[in-house]
Amino acid sequence: MNTQGKVFKYKDNVDTDVIIPARYLNTPVAAELALHCMEDIDKDFVKNVKEGDLIVAGWNFGCGSSREHAPLVIKTCGVSCVIAKSFARIFYRNAINIGLPILECEEAAEEISAGDEVSVNFDTGEINNKTTGKIYTAQPFPPFIQNIIKKGGLLASLKEADNE
Amino acid sequence: MGMTMTQKILAAHAGLDYVSEGQLISAKLDLVLGNDITTPVAVNEFEKAGFDKVFNKDSIAIVLDHFVPNKDIKAAEQSKTCRQFANCQCISHFYDVGKMGIEHALLPEQGVVTAGDCVIGADSHTCTYGALGAFSTGVGSTDMAAGMATGMAWFKVPSAIRFNLTGKLPYNCSGKDVILSIIGNIGVDGALYKSMEFSGDGVQNLSIDDRLCICNMAIEAGAKNGIFPVDEITQAYMTNRCERKPVVFEADKDAKYDKVYEIDLSKIKPTVSCPHLPENTRNAEELHDITIDQVVIGSCTNGRMEDMEAAYKILNGKTVAQNTRCIIIPATMQIYRDCIERGYVTAFIDAGAVVSTPTCGPCLGGYMGILAAGERCVSTTNRNFVGRMGHTESEVYLSSPFTAAASALTGFITEYKEVQ
Ligand code: SF4
Repeated sequence: MNTQGKVFKYKDNVDTDVIIPARYLNTPVAAELALHCMEDIDKDFVKNVKEGDLIVAGWNFGCGSSREHAPLVIKTCGVSCVIAKSFARIFYRNAINIGLPILECEEAAEEISAGDEVSVNFDTGEINNKTTGKIYTAQPFPPFIQNIIKKGGLLASLKEADNE
Repeated sequence: MGMTMTQKILAAHAGLDYVSEGQLISAKLDLVLGNDITTPVAVNEFEKAGFDKVFNKDSIAIVLDHFVPNKDIKAAEQSKTCRQFANCQCISHFYDVGKMGIEHALLPEQGVVTAGDCVIGADSHTCTYGALGAFSTGVGSTDMAAGMATGMAWFKVPSAIRFNLTGKLPYNCSGKDVILSIIGNIGVDGALYKSMEFSGDGVQNLSIDDRLCICNMAIEAGAKNGIFPVDEITQAYMTNRCERKPVVFEADKDAKYDKVYEIDLSKIKPTVSCPHLPENTRNAEELHDITIDQVVIGSCTNGRMEDMEAAYKILNGKTVAQNTRCIIIPATMQIYRDCIERGYVTAFIDAGAVVSTPTCGPCLGGYMGILAAGERCVSTTNRNFVGRMGHTESEVYLSSPFTAAASALTGFITEYKEVQ
């Protein structure tokens, strides 16, 4: 599986309150929530993001609340992958469970700039910065988690186990 | 090699004699929790995946606390989804308006969680119950849905950081000052993916309310869970309260820790987290030039009875500063009632504060105390991210109830000592 897109770059500790402010959480409808994705740190994100684009950020991406709405709005906006130096643990879990690809790679997260054109190969963990020509390799997921992603998320993987 | 307290609880729930750091396990759950924001998403996932029955109606707790009494029509729809699901599944621990409280204050108070439990909750502050010697951690709505369906969850066994506590807190400090100073020290990702295990002689000098507050904010250091050993104080708290029999786990003597921090409680100072990250801590006494518009005393961190006592001690017979709003929110109906019976509510109102029924309300910028651009609030809550309590140009300073109440009297950041 591959993806390619333009990079939106953010700093360390991007928290779930700026990914999707709690004031909008009175609805569970993803499309409605997604209109406010990142608005407290980047007013124009929703206007500028295109299908396939990537988010690149520093340490502890997604810290704060357990709201699954956070990876969900990022995915709904069309973002194909988030690359960060590290992820907050609940965000990491939620992203896997809802099927938003995420990769931890310190070097890539440090060096890739806003606006770069980047492609990612999820099977190998290869990140290719087409703008600079530099290639990075991220840790692939452990097999247990790969299985959840392959089955299309946690519940789908459970259902399948049920029927086996 | 020995296991940490957390690892022992996880091993027992995975049916294994031994687990080690990094191992992926599937563990049995004693309780699965959700609230009015996360449950509707979980219900949707649960139904979409084709499940029709929860694994055990007695092992699920649904608490309406974030936006109730309903703040608007959309919130009302979310509550309705929770109600319908709870009724249709005959969920025994369903807490609606009139019975509810902020989930992490309510469940320990009602004896729904107990020592030795393995708990997941679709709320990041589920780590609170570690105060009673349980493993509990926050997850998302999909995990909640899977937990409700199967009674199981997957975990990566965490390593741990140990905090060895000695001494006794000064009279003007509480558990909040301990955890804020720890986060100031190790940072908001200082315990990422790890357990924070508290131990040492100092533990006996911390009340259950202090321990609940400390574990509550473990997530603010990125931790998977926070946990205290079970001692006589815990046992006394759990007796005649907990529905299920407590099971006591202890860390092995030769358990391995990634790091050990020594913390002398007598050296803790009134601490404040400045905007916009909990790790931006300063001593309260250095912040006199910060004038404030609002004070909030409440939340799952500091809305318990001891917090109300602290507020009462400071506000009784005094008057909230002009141009400062003081909002006090007891965390559960029981605490609300106790505040009324003890005369606290009258004292708070006489001092010029408002007292609300239990709700998360302003803590997450929901309602009941939203800040305008440029406004500042001293709050006993747990997060001061950009826009957390309202406008993105507003500011939240996190503190203990002592510091918050004292600041309400002066209109700037003030510690208890200065208003005595
Ligand atoms: S009081 Fe605040 S932190 Fe606690 S559960 Fe409610 S919104 Fe979350």
